[in-house]
Amino acid sequence: MNLELCWLLLRRELLVSLRRRSDLANPLFFFLIVCALFPLGLGPSPALLAGMAPGILWIVALLSVLMASDGLFRADFDDGTLEQVLLSPVSLYLTSLLKVLAHWLLSGLPLTLLSPVLALMLHMPPEGIPALLASLGLGTLVLSFIAAIGAALTVGLKRGGVLLSLLVLPLFVPVLIFGSAAVQRAVQGMDSAAPLALLGAMAALFLVVAPLAIAGALRVSHDQ
Amino acid sequence: MWAWFHKWSSPRWFYQLSGRVLPWLAVLSLVSLVVGVIWGLAFVPPDYKQGNSFRIIYIHVPAAAVAMAGYLMMATAGAISLIWRIKLADMVVKCAAPIGAALTFLALVTGAIWGKPTWGTWWVWDARITSVLVLFFLYIGIIALYEAFDNKEAAGRASAILALVGAVNIPIIYWSVEWWYSLHQPASISFTGESSIHPEMLRPLMLTISGFYCFFGWVLLLQVRNEILHRERNTRWVRDLILQR
Repeated sequence: MNLELCWLLLRRELLVSLRRRSDLANPLFFFLIVCALFPLGLGPSPALLAGMAPGILWIVALLSVLMASDGLFRADFDDGTLEQVLLSPVSLYLTSLLKVLAHWLLSGLPLTLLSPVLALMLHMPPEGIPALLASLGLGTLVLSFIAAIGAALTVGLKRGGVLLSLLVLPLFVPVLIFGSAAVQRAVQGMDSAAPLALLGAMAALFLVVAPLAIAGALRVSHDQ
Repeated sequence: MWAWFHKWSSPRWFYQLSGRVLPWLAVLSLVSLVVGVIWGLAFVPPDYKQGNSFRIIYIHVPAAAVAMAGYLMMATAGAISLIWRIKLADMVVKCAAPIGAALTFLALVTGAIWGKPTWGTWWVWDARITSVLVLFFLYIGIIALYEAFDNKEAAGRASAILALVGAVNIPIIYWSVEWWYSLHQPASISFTGESSIHPEMLRPLMLTISGFYCFFGWVLLLQVRNEILHRERNTRWVRDLILQR
C-alpha cells in the first residue's frame, strides 16, 4: 500500500511538471547559454578551455540547479495544494522526498545527459566524460535536496530569488569540490572513485536527512 | 532539572536573571581583554621568525575560535527552539548571528593583515581560510533569512532550521575544503612550521581567548535582553519595568 502511495505521489509530481514544458526546458537552455558565454569571455583557445572545462561545467550546472529549484514549491504554495498536503494523513517527509526526486528526474537528470555535448564543445578530453556523467548524476541529486531546503524556507516570501542563492550556495561548496575533482582526476588519467564515493555518501545522507528539514521549513512557511 | 530549564526559558525570568550575570561578564571580559592585549602587545618577546607581526594572534585566534564556537552555540539554540518550541532560543539564534558574523569578519581581516608580512600575500586559498570564509557566508545567510520575514516568530524558526542544516554541513565543508587544498596545492607554501607555541606567548593568548568568550556572552545577553523587551513590549511586566524607570 505504501509503495502504491509513493508511486501515486511521484506520478502526480511528474505529471504536473510535464504539463509545464517550458519550465523544464529553461534550466537546460540556461546551462547551454552560460557554458557558451565562457569561450566568448575567455577566448576560444582549446587548450585553455579544456583545462577549465570540468570547473566551468560544474559551476554552471550548480547554478542551473539553483535556478530550477527556485519555484519548486511556489505553485503548490500559491494554489493551496501545500495546505491540503499538510492537512492530509500522508507524512510530509514522504511527500517532500518524492517531490524532490521527481524534480531531479526532470531537471538534474536531463542536465546530466546534456553535459557530454557541452563537454565536447569546451574541448574537454573524452576520458573525463564517464566521470562527468557519474558526478553530475549524483551531485545534482544532492544539490536538488539542498536547494529544496532553501526553496521551502523562502517559498512564503515575496522576493525569494537572490535570498535563495545566499542561503544555498555556501552549502553547495562540498558538492562542487568533490564533483569537479572527480572530473579533473579522470581527465588527468587518475582514479576518480574516491570523490565519487564521497558524493555518493553525501547523496545517501541528504536523501535521508534533507526531507526532515524541508518538511519543517514548509510548516514554518505555511504558518507565517 | 526541568523546572530549572523552564524557568530559564521564560523571557521574563531570563531577563531578570541575566541582569544579575551581566555586570560580572562585563567586568570579566574587559579585564581579561585589556590585560591580555597589553601583555601580548607590550611584554611578550617578539617571535624569532615573524618578529612583532605575530602579535596579531592575540586578536586573530580568539576571534576565529569564538566565531566557530558561536555557530555551534547558535545551532544548539536552534535545535532547542525547534524541539521544545522555546521562543527564547529563537531570540538567541537571531542575536548570535550578527555577532558571529562580525567576529568571523574580524578573523578574516586580521588573518589577511597577518598574511601580508608573513606569506607576502593578503589572501591564500588555504583550507582553513576558505572554510572560515564559508562560515562567514553561512552567518550572512541566516541574517538575510531572518530579515526577509515580516513575521518574526516564523523568522526565528526558519533561521533555526537553516542554522541546523548549516551545522550538519560544517564538518562536510571543512573536510571537503581540506581535501580540495591537498589536491590542488603542492606544498609550495609552508606555514612557518611552528607546531607548538611557547608558553610565554600562550598565557596572554589564553587570557584574550577567555576574554573574547566572555565578550561574546556579554554582547549576546545585551542583545537578547533588548529583543525580549521588544517582543514582549505589550506585556504587563515590561510596562511595569518601564514605568519604574
